[in-house]
Amino acid sequence: MQTYKLTNTYYKRAFLLPGLILLVAIIIFPLLFTIRVSLAGWNVSHAGLDFVGGHNWARAFHDRLFWDSMNRLLIFSFFTTILQYVLGFTMAMVAWRGIASRRFFRVLWLIPMMTTPSVMAIVWRSIFREDIGAANGIFHGLGLHPIAWSTEIFPATFTIIIAEVWQWTPFMFLILLAGLLSLPKEPFLAAEIDGASAWKTFWRVTFPMMAPISAGAIVIRLIEASKIFDSIFSLTSAGPGNATETPSYFVWKRYFTEFQISYGATLSLIYLIVAIIVLTIIGQIFARLSKPKGD
Amino acid sequence: MEKKRVNVRLVSSVATIALVASSVATWSLTAARADDAGMGPGPKAKAASFPAGGTVDYTKQPYTPDAYKGTAITKDGNRDCSYHNTSMKDYSGQTLHVLAPPPPNMGEPMEQHGAEFTKLTGGKVVVDHVDVGSLYSKAQTAFQSGISPWDVVVNFSTWIGDFQQDYYSIPTKYTTGNGELATMLPLYKQIYSWNGETKLFGIDADRHFLKYRTDVINDPTAQAFYKQKTGQTLQVPQTWTQYNLMAKTFNGYAAAHQPAGVPFSGSVEIMKRDDLMWSAFINRVAPYAKNPNVKTGFWFDANMTPQVNNPGFVRGLTEFVDAAKNYIPQGGQNFGLSDEISAYGAGKGLFSYTWDDAWSQSNQPDSPIKGYVLAAPNPGAETVWNSNTKKWDTPAGGVNRAPYIAWGWSSAIPKYSKNKQMALDFLCFFANQANHQIDLSIGRTGVNPSRSADFTEAFWTKNLGWGKDATDSWLATLKTYSSAHNRVFDLRVPGNGQFMSALADGVAQALAGQATPQAALDAVAAKWKDIEQQIGVDKIKAAYQNVLKLENS
Repeated sequence: MQTYKLTNTYYKRAFLLPGLILLVAIIIFPLLFTIRVSLAGWNVSHAGLDFVGGHNWARAFHDRLFWDSMNRLLIFSFFTTILQYVLGFTMAMVAWRGIASRRFFRVLWLIPMMTTPSVMAIVWRSIFREDIGAANGIFHGLGLHPIAWSTEIFPATFTIIIAEVWQWTPFMFLILLAGLLSLPKEPFLAAEIDGASAWKTFWRVTFPMMAPISAGAIVIRLIEASKIFDSIFSLTSAGPGNATETPSYFVWKRYFTEFQISYGATLSLIYLIVAIIVLTIIGQIFARLSKPKGD
Repeated sequence: MEKKRVNVRLVSSVATIALVASSVATWSLTAARADDAGMGPGPKAKAASFPAGGTVDYTKQPYTPDAYKGTAITKDGNRDCSYHNTSMKDYSGQTLHVLAPPPPNMGEPMEQHGAEFTKLTGGKVVVDHVDVGSLYSKAQTAFQSGISPWDVVVNFSTWIGDFQQDYYSIPTKYTTGNGELATMLPLYKQIYSWNGETKLFGIDADRHFLKYRTDVINDPTAQAFYKQKTGQTLQVPQTWTQYNLMAKTFNGYAAAHQPAGVPFSGSVEIMKRDDLMWSAFINRVAPYAKNPNVKTGFWFDANMTPQVNNPGFVRGLTEFVDAAKNYIPQGGQNFGLSDEISAYGAGKGLFSYTWDDAWSQSNQPDSPIKGYVLAAPNPGAETVWNSNTKKWDTPAGGVNRAPYIAWGWSSAIPKYSKNKQMALDFLCFFANQANHQIDLSIGRTGVNPSRSADFTEAFWTKNLGWGKDATDSWLATLKTYSSAHNRVFDLRVPGNGQFMSALADGVAQALAGQATPQAALDAVAAKWKDIEQQIGVDKIKAAYQNVLKLENS
């Protein structure tokens, strides 16, 4: 009996080992190493892992430009996710209710999500190019003034949001459509018998029943939106000035173009910590809000 | 209980593995670096497979045989690394690794000449292409670990302060006597050197200069228009004040030979933050801040106090901001170097003032403005800041000229390479007379004139079909720069990228209206002080002495 237990434990450990090794290799080791690097003074002229204590952390907490980029990220994430949710829900409702050529539209709506973000960013850049872009071409055709899409702060922010919304609304659509298709039919039949209008049925039946799925979709999108880089890199290069610079671009610049290895590592850890805290709080709030009443 | 014990053991095992792995990585990074002086086996001798003085025909070269039909045929040279001499070296069985940007700039000639080198010597040349933005970090990551996967690295000459200790010194036989670099202009020999040793194998040479449209500046109708509008005589701008006024006045003007449907602006400039804008900006500042009577430095003073926020810099930035608001093409604030080249080449501006590329584009046979563009030195200033007296000086002769000798492409051999002889032979072959001529002719290779033979009119008019006037104006401008004494050079110190990135951040904020020029540059100066502390003031000061030598030469 004793032998069997030992063998059983041994096998358990043996089977866990590949997963653990993978976990150590791709998550724990890089994380520990990044923490160690953040405590060193590794930069362009000083290689290696000396120990400078919390110097980089203190510097990061006083780096106004980094925290500005963090604020900007909150704005981008909020607006892009809300717009994606509203549009995605609308599209999902249309597809769920059934329209002519629904299969065609389902495939069409998925194309943006299937396209590589950097490729799409380049397409959007061509559209929003101020001198020869299609957007200003249309404005010109309508007799309107061209817009400084990439060189004025508000339009540049708008172009980033447009590109992000266009690319990721299909993701919302997909998840929400799956949620809608899984809803039970009885509540809708009951609403119909009660003579509820389409709007009332949506507001009192569909929307509440979709709340848990909506919360999940929004949190997933917020996680993705917090990593925004491709569209900013390709569309505005964080400009004009630093008006569209988000933490990922800010960290990339410090780390790769300025070779501030330790400082870049510190910033990325702070970015990670802030993202975990904020997204956990948002997740908790959504979980409470989407909890069915009476539970 | 047993489960808990297992969990504890698992967690402790994971932590131990992670710590050991982390320690190994730490050790490998801090391990002593070996300066391997290995020259490699070198070549064996063999009979020449290429005739002395033979024809080098790039329509038959192995990399892209169809790319140069009818354009790239020349005679082999007679220097040490000619096709003939290289063909007597047998490198079969050996491989050379090169780090280079993607084609066409430098990536294309590396591949072409690599393929020719293989054909002549049997040695294999493997070119590892990485995007321009990653060249620095790739090299730095390897060098800081005391290794180099590459025997040759292509780089920006402005990085010399960061990498000089990692580069093998090029023996003098390549830069003197019958060496391929012997005829390189002394100015560029200086740029490629560090403390008297040649660290960079010079395959390019750069400077910024003015390009202007003759169908405006020399046009009687435009001259009358300008006189009427400003009361001044239209001429090639001698100062930035004149440049700005002309650019503003002619913004939207119908130039005499303006291509149909192309809007005309006063100036085409590089203003995109992370696309070499800092380099363009230096031109705007140079004559206001480079005082020939101040020998303590353009970038720092004698106490290593950053000068980037002195009134000379602020004046340059104020005018740069004014340009962005008033006389650049639509979307011009988002123009990087490639946008500047294509926009000016398409005829979108009266002036432009950075590298040779926009010039070459304007002189190509298919250019819509060919024949209507001439070159001149970049504008000067009627006043120059004196950082010693803290006053504005009036320059002798009324105009302070301060040409910016901008960084260009270069190459080097990492001291960690174990195949240095082959690297030297390859780079020397790359730079031989025939290849150099072909690279100059093709234009997009990124190779610009640097040797005495490059400054002859016939080469450009016959080989490239450039107009005589255009060629003469260009060559005269380049010669002026070579002999000038109040020049501005890049900040060739460790952390150059970090300094210039901070500068670009500040300038971009001023351009976007997020800060005033003074506030933006004050923030840049504060950042520069931080960078000095991070890297070490003494280290930067020692390196800056090399920049001062150039500035005061």
